[in-house]
Amino acid sequence: MLEEIGTNDQGDMIINIGPQHPSTHGVLHLVITLNGETVKKVEPHLGYIHRSIEKMCESLNYRQFIYVTSRMDYLSSHINNHACALCVEQGLQLEIPSRAQVIRVLLDELTRIASHQLWWGALAMDLGAFTPFFYAFREREMINEIMEETCGARLTMNYIVPGGLMMDVHPDFQRKVKAFLVQFRSKIHEYDELVTGNVIFQSRTKGVGILSKEDAISYGCTGPTGRGSGVSCDIRKLYPYEIYQQLQFDEVLEQGGDSFARYKVRIGEMIQSMNIIEQLIDNIPEGDFQAKTKAVLKLPKGDFYSRVETARGELGVYIISEGGTTPYRIKFRSPGFSNLSALDHMSRGGKIGDLMATMGTLDLVIPDIDR
Amino acid sequence: MTNEALKIKMEGLLPGAAFEEGTAWLTLQTVPEEFKAFATQLRSDPDLLFDYLFCLTAVDWKTHFTVVYHFSSTVYRHTLVVKVKLDKNDPAIDTVSELWRTAEFHEREAYDLMGISFTGHPDMRRLFMTADHVGYPLRKDYEDPVNMIKL
Repeated sequence: MLEEIGTNDQGDMIINIGPQHPSTHGVLHLVITLNGETVKKVEPHLGYIHRSIEKMCESLNYRQFIYVTSRMDYLSSHINNHACALCVEQGLQLEIPSRAQVIRVLLDELTRIASHQLWWGALAMDLGAFTPFFYAFREREMINEIMEETCGARLTMNYIVPGGLMMDVHPDFQRKVKAFLVQFRSKIHEYDELVTGNVIFQSRTKGVGILSKEDAISYGCTGPTGRGSGVSCDIRKLYPYEIYQQLQFDEVLEQGGDSFARYKVRIGEMIQSMNIIEQLIDNIPEGDFQAKTKAVLKLPKGDFYSRVETARGELGVYIISEGGTTPYRIKFRSPGFSNLSALDHMSRGGKIGDLMATMGTLDLVIPDIDR
Repeated sequence: MTNEALKIKMEGLLPGAAFEEGTAWLTLQTVPEEFKAFATQLRSDPDLLFDYLFCLTAVDWKTHFTVVYHFSSTVYRHTLVVKVKLDKNDPAIDTVSELWRTAEFHEREAYDLMGISFTGHPDMRRLFMTADHVGYPLRKDYEDPVNMIKL
């Protein structure tokens, strides 16, 4: 894993982590300047999985570009699709049927739980505990099965499209989601027993990678990273989209700003997502799952911006249209990109072993950063 | 602040700024010479406190570039979009990375993919492409004979 070890002229050791390191969860390359074990600087080198999705989208029409966006933050692919669909619908001034709205929110929240479960297992693995990974995947597999039945995919869903949904949900959807809720409600205490209350885990995360509230805002940190520092930044609460303003749920906030605070936010969010799903699962309205749209979508000339809350934070889709069938320019403001930019600041002065905990609780997904 | 109140405030701060019509957020256009002082005001003015730069990007309009800033305030929850028109041949603008730390990465991205140079940026290097890469991929006239796939 260590490609090259050298020293700079001050006698500090330069260490490369990645791009093929198991705890970076993807092709992230960090060049770390170390004084003994103390981190002096962390410099991320990006682009190993840069596909220039923004450039690609310029030659894809408004029905096609959804498919590439599933490949940005692949753990929140439903929510990525959702953001794009919202942006196009905003341009078309399209009202979508309430059945589609409810199903969209249900799928978003299921995605959020699945993403946090994977993060939970992987974080514990980064810190040396292998068992939690299997606990997390036990429940995550149930969500994946629901997705597989309804969307035909387990990772890149491409199910939420401009105008509504690709197709109606599977007849078994409600039953399976309820079975999942029963299972997860009865097992979530194990998450706390196994990891949250663990002394080793707490001493590895408490006081590690501290990010103050002011810095979190300045670095543009959103999602659980921002909320772990006490920044109220949940787009579902602040700028509600779809039916979120009718739902009862709390924005999980922690004031600590350390890795443990970010951890607790995500655990709390899984419970909040379950609450949302419970409110909706028996109340899916009948009706169409898609609005009537033309075969070829044309957005009027102008700027359109939509914001949603993915499992990692605020995703912005900014479309600049010249009135054609393809975007003139599209920008994805990805949450991981901004969250990563704070990593250097957070890990300076800490130990290199703590860097793994900091990185783990940032919940980085590299294709989301590189795009 | 509402869009109308914000507009009156902006007219005071930046006389002669052009406002765009029909946008959800107040959108104004300015020139690079006035931008830095204006941005400093946005960040520090007690009535504005735009402390959160949630999107920074650049657009190639073939005849010129624009850099688009999306500002928001976590105190007042108002949002402002600022567009700065840059010269086609020498697109340069002052950095805002010391006002909003997130700009450090976003400006590097804009430099890497669109070739906008941000004066005063502490670390103006390519972010995604390798250091020896020629050209700026997101520009409209960019041609890559090997890797480009035309649809």
